[in-house]
Amino acid sequence: MSDDPIVQMTGIRKDFTGVRALDGVDFTLRPGEIHAVMGENGAGKSTLIKVLTGVHHPDAGEILLDGRPVRFHSPGAAQAAGISTVYQEVNLTDNLSVAENLFAGREPRLGPFINFRAMRRKAKALLDDIGIDLNVAAPLSSYSIAMQQLVAIARAVDIEAKVLILDEPTSSLDRDEVAVLLGVMRRLAENGTAMVFISHFLDQVYEICDRMTVLRNGQLVGEWATADLPENALIGHMLGREAATLEQIERTAAAHHVEDEAPLVQATGLGRKGSIAPYDLEVRRGEVVGLAGLLGSGRTETVRLIAGADRADSGSLVFDGEATGFHNPRTASARGIAYCPENRKTEGLVGDLTVAENMILAMQASRGWARSIPVARRDKLVAEFIEKLDIRPANPDMPVKNLSGGNQQKVLLARWMLIEPKLLILDEPTRGIDVGAKADIQKLVAELSADGMSVLFVSAELDEVTRLSDRIAVLRDRELIAVLEAEADMTTEKIVDTIVAGGHGNE
Amino acid sequence: MSTQTLTERPARSTLFDGVTRYIPIGATVALLLVLYLGGIASFPKFDSPQVVAKLFIDNAPLLIIAVGMTFVILSGGIDLSVGSVMAFSTMCCAWLTVDAGLSAPLVVGLVLAFGTLWGLGIGAVIHYFNVQPFIATLVGLFLFRGLTLQISDTDVSMRDIQFFHWGMEHLVEVGKIRTGGFWLPNLSFVAFAVVIVAFVVLHYTRFGRGVYAVGGSEQSALLMGLPVARTKIGVYAVSGFCAALAGVMAAMGTKSANPLANVGAELDAIAAVVIGGTLLTGGAGFVLGTVAGVMVWGLLNTLIAFQGDLSSWWARIAMGVLLLAFILLQRVLARSGEKRRT
Repeated sequence: MSDDPIVQMTGIRKDFTGVRALDGVDFTLRPGEIHAVMGENGAGKSTLIKVLTGVHHPDAGEILLDGRPVRFHSPGAAQAAGISTVYQEVNLTDNLSVAENLFAGREPRLGPFINFRAMRRKAKALLDDIGIDLNVAAPLSSYSIAMQQLVAIARAVDIEAKVLILDEPTSSLDRDEVAVLLGVMRRLAENGTAMVFISHFLDQVYEICDRMTVLRNGQLVGEWATADLPENALIGHMLGREAATLEQIERTAAAHHVEDEAPLVQATGLGRKGSIAPYDLEVRRGEVVGLAGLLGSGRTETVRLIAGADRADSGSLVFDGEATGFHNPRTASARGIAYCPENRKTEGLVGDLTVAENMILAMQASRGWARSIPVARRDKLVAEFIEKLDIRPANPDMPVKNLSGGNQQKVLLARWMLIEPKLLILDEPTRGIDVGAKADIQKLVAELSADGMSVLFVSAELDEVTRLSDRIAVLRDRELIAVLEAEADMTTEKIVDTIVAGGHGNE
Repeated sequence: MSTQTLTERPARSTLFDGVTRYIPIGATVALLLVLYLGGIASFPKFDSPQVVAKLFIDNAPLLIIAVGMTFVILSGGIDLSVGSVMAFSTMCCAWLTVDAGLSAPLVVGLVLAFGTLWGLGIGAVIHYFNVQPFIATLVGLFLFRGLTLQISDTDVSMRDIQFFHWGMEHLVEVGKIRTGGFWLPNLSFVAFAVVIVAFVVLHYTRFGRGVYAVGGSEQSALLMGLPVARTKIGVYAVSGFCAALAGVMAAMGTKSANPLANVGAELDAIAAVVIGGTLLTGGAGFVLGTVAGVMVWGLLNTLIAFQGDLSSWWARIAMGVLLLAFILLQRVLARSGEKRRT
């Protein structure tokens, strides 16, 4: 590895309307290295990356690329200088074909005209190289999100970037897809491409990265070689405290069993064609029921039927002793069901409204629009929840879109807690957020259920499901295959075994 | 080196996807056939080829602004100024040649340059100041209608300017109309040329594919490093140029400038684009669909003219009903597409 850094950022500062997102951060990237930027949500990782890629302009500090000072005014300019980025959300246009997405803006041409044949051939070769096989003439929208993400990576790779930035690229990928991606990254590193890798999956970070830079609250904590920084020390640096929080939660789970009463939710043969096979599921009062399964196994579809977000076409649902067919989330929420959907940006929060406004939305709706909530009461409630959930920055008047993912998730949770539902449905509440916020949210779920609220908890992370749930519903191939009682000896292996054994033969 | 290959087949077969993509335009073509065959069944002489030819004579200016509108709508925008820009261009042709005595080719050049510059300007306002296209182009709708009436509130004849006779000269003449022949003038071919150029630009150039990309997702296009500013401003320049060109063609078609001509033409153009299968949200559609949309509008008018008793407003009423049907069709298709994907 050469010692001359390819990127050197010094003293970077960035303010957003009164909040200092980055405060004098240094960052050094050397050719051929894979460098992780670690930190909690809101630590400033995304801001740092966006400064480097020309999305944001720093208020102070200097960026050297190949030893020369640079200042990018747009992502296009950064890309032209050799800095390519793959974002967490797929940023391609799905109305165009795969090949067009790969080569948009730099299509092979004959004179002024695009040479579609050459473009398809090159696209095919590029994807072959990476190890994916797609119909490159098909519209991108006809592929899964995971595959679209790999296409985005292929695009970034082909730009022959000197620097490739991967911002949470694996959060929507399954294990095989992650393996393909990490393979591609290793090969690029061998060819001298420097990579910045941001991920909440510590095992991936430890598997692939040479070096780590840790940020906390917009400030630099330090830079280490991966080998010199064991995992618990890393977590300690990220949180700024000893990582004891996670362990506390283990004790709270499975400590309570509410028996005998009629269940709060009783679904019998509930199903929807093409979405989830008919299933039976009970949720008792004060119980946490986890839903486990692979991506696309029907976890979200299962809870959407109970939440009234989708209409069931078979079976029946009894909620709180009454037969119901919820036709929309509004009637469901009136009966005491709160649903936090998976995609918090598009389905949950209103980005331009403030933290306080987002929090009281559901409460206001349940009171009816004519009866406004007194300002003093509103302020008190909002302040209480900001404190309780440790929302940062603790500013009720900040637009929600300026918050980091974990804090947005907390605002969403606060919204539903304000109306004190009987059943809280959480769909991937901890996806894409950092360890600290994850611990806060898990702790909260445990507390809520101790107070008697029932919780349906969907998560891709099996250990999280295991830790929190009283019972675990296991799904596979859009079918509920088993409901496991979480005894003290429940392990993730048991869930995996159930998934493997419970399906239709071995595929 | 990666050791494994991931294969994924499209969630829908491409054949099927191809079919859904063409349903709206297929519906438009079917509608055209129904209208045309209905006309032939109901009225004698409707089968004369000149009936079809006349569609492209009377509606050449509309076709040209609808092509410009297709660019704008594909990019996710809208341009309400084209009717007024077109009327203003026609009026300028008359005013600068008849009253000011400038040479006609120079005036045409000036008018086309004006249309393009107007588009560039308003496109820049829309992009850099992040103004809603609806409001920004509404400025043009009021501004140029007002200016047109300020120049003259009565008709101005251009009959004495020889240059403006070029448009209606017969370029193609096949037999005699009485014996089943037809003719087409130069201005129809100008409109055809605009369609062909637009088709090639939209499908085979970086600018054209950029229009689709921006219409699909502006945020993504920006992050992919596409020239979003250039593309967004470019589509309004194209639309402005088309509006000015349509104004010149209208001047040649009628050889007079009516200050109240083409009121509402922008809405006819939008209707034609939507009926032609372009999504109002941008990112999907075809310029050839727009041609079909304009022909639907023309055929409705022709049918009412043949019928004789009905007021010409019935064409608008029918257009309104059709527009509703097509918007609903688009929504239904979009929704079934979303369902298949999840």
